[in-house]
Amino acid sequence: MTSTLTISNLTKDFGGVKALSEVSMHVAPGERVALLGHNGAGKSTMMKVILGLIAADSGEVSVCGAAPGDADARSKVAYLPENAMFHSALTGLEQISYYMRLRGEDSAGAMALLDKVGLGAAAKRRIGTYSKGMRQRVGLAQALIGHPRLLVLDEPTSGLDPVSRRDFYELLDALAAEGAAILLSSHALTEVEARTDRLLILSRGRMVAEGSLAELRRDAALPVAMHITAINGYDADILAAIPNAIRVNDAVHVTCSQDEKLATLAQVAAMKGKIADIEVIPPSLEDIYSHFSRRDGQ
Amino acid sequence: MIARILATAIIELHIARRNLWVVIAVGLMVVFSLVLSAVGSAPIGELGADRLSVTVASLTSLSVYLVPLVALLMSFDAVAGEAERGTLPLLLTYPVARWEVLAGKLLAHCAILIIALVAGYGAAAAIAIVNDPAAMSGIGALWRLTWTSSLLGATFLGIGYALSSLARRTSGAAGLAIGLWLGSVVLYDLALLAAVVADNGGSFTKNVFPAALLANPADAFRLFNLTASQAGGVAVGIGGAAGTIPQWQSLMSILLWPVFALWLASAAFRKVEP
Repeated sequence: MTSTLTISNLTKDFGGVKALSEVSMHVAPGERVALLGHNGAGKSTMMKVILGLIAADSGEVSVCGAAPGDADARSKVAYLPENAMFHSALTGLEQISYYMRLRGEDSAGAMALLDKVGLGAAAKRRIGTYSKGMRQRVGLAQALIGHPRLLVLDEPTSGLDPVSRRDFYELLDALAAEGAAILLSSHALTEVEARTDRLLILSRGRMVAEGSLAELRRDAALPVAMHITAINGYDADILAAIPNAIRVNDAVHVTCSQDEKLATLAQVAAMKGKIADIEVIPPSLEDIYSHFSRRDGQ
Repeated sequence: MIARILATAIIELHIARRNLWVVIAVGLMVVFSLVLSAVGSAPIGELGADRLSVTVASLTSLSVYLVPLVALLMSFDAVAGEAERGTLPLLLTYPVARWEVLAGKLLAHCAILIIALVAGYGAAAAIAIVNDPAAMSGIGALWRLTWTSSLLGATFLGIGYALSSLARRTSGAAGLAIGLWLGSVVLYDLALLAAVVADNGGSFTKNVFPAALLANPADAFRLFNLTASQAGGVAVGIGGAAGTIPQWQSLMSILLWPVFALWLASAAFRKVEP
């Protein structure tokens, strides 16, 4: 299947500082891709290049078969900026009606759209009176106008409460099911872990990792931790039996590599009469993320 | 294209109405027009011109200052304000051309300006006609003043958008706008007058001075209205030069300036990187 968004060897320089260097990636129709990275890693710059707001220094970008920023590309791409801002004197309804007219859609559907993001009751109030979360929903509503083929969402869930976040991802799932490609950046790692198909990690303008969470976990090969609670008095036996075990408070902590995981578990299982409980803790997304970001020298 | 321009104009009208720009513009024009028409009615007996023509001559002098000021006040925020609020990047990802955004803003701001002009001039004209039924003969001059004022307004709206694009920040844009206003409608004329006095009828007065007047949209506006007006004699200062410059030249300046200003605005806006 042809990709909705294809980037190859993208480089962007801001006064000698490389914001993006040799970045390549793609997003297929219906795919939800999360873009991770520190502040200043180049996420927003990459999004602005995709949207045609700033020009790349070199490399190729194709958005729905067109150059970024082309009228054709813009008509198929929706954008939700980080901290979506609107004119405070306008009502939510006026603002969304305006955006619908700009996209050539009938503005009669504006109210339905605001209802969809839970702003129906506040639609006729000025945006100046909205909370941050409500403004973010106006931003989300405008990103849903028409049937965008590509959604570029810059930290879309910042400022949203947990219930709104879940609703938001349900809306995204529905769009993806219709074939929209979604590229979103986020700092909420646990959230994107469950809700996206693929992760991209940017560090200092370079793509340092790409793949599904399982693939990244395998590539990172981070150690697995086990927390063992011994039956009274047996912890000395366990410490003796497992060479790299250490005592932490009342528990015994064991750390081993992915390859040694099963062997270590077998050792633990052999002492099952002496163990009250065992917890196996795989490396978290935060650990994997830090691993790839730090490898680059951060 | 038309739909997108109209949509932008509608949203700008909403904003201007809520920000009280409509009220402020109309209020300014009405108050100043009424004050001037009261003051300007004094010389009527000596000149023998109808009362409305005299009022129009006074209004011309007023509009030279007020119309550019109101236009710049409405426009300095147009691009810099959007950039500062953070609404510009999102807007520019929409399938709308930058010139369409400016055209929409221009349409709304021109509409407000025309409402203010009609209210202000209308009030002054109504008083003139009530006091002197013969004043109806000056209605042509009033009409001429109204459409030239609208074009003068469009020129300074365009220049305001250009400054707004160049400044990127509203504080900077406001400073540039006030500076430009002072320069073009106050200092420019003072400098020309000083040069004419110093030149004492030399080549500057004959060659450079008329061209310098035509190059300034505010002076061209004043020249055109005073040349056309039967009551040109009440005008002082720069207006004295009105007789020496053919009317078609000032008309050309009035017509070309809005086009040039809007080209300038759209060129400056194109360079803005959000």
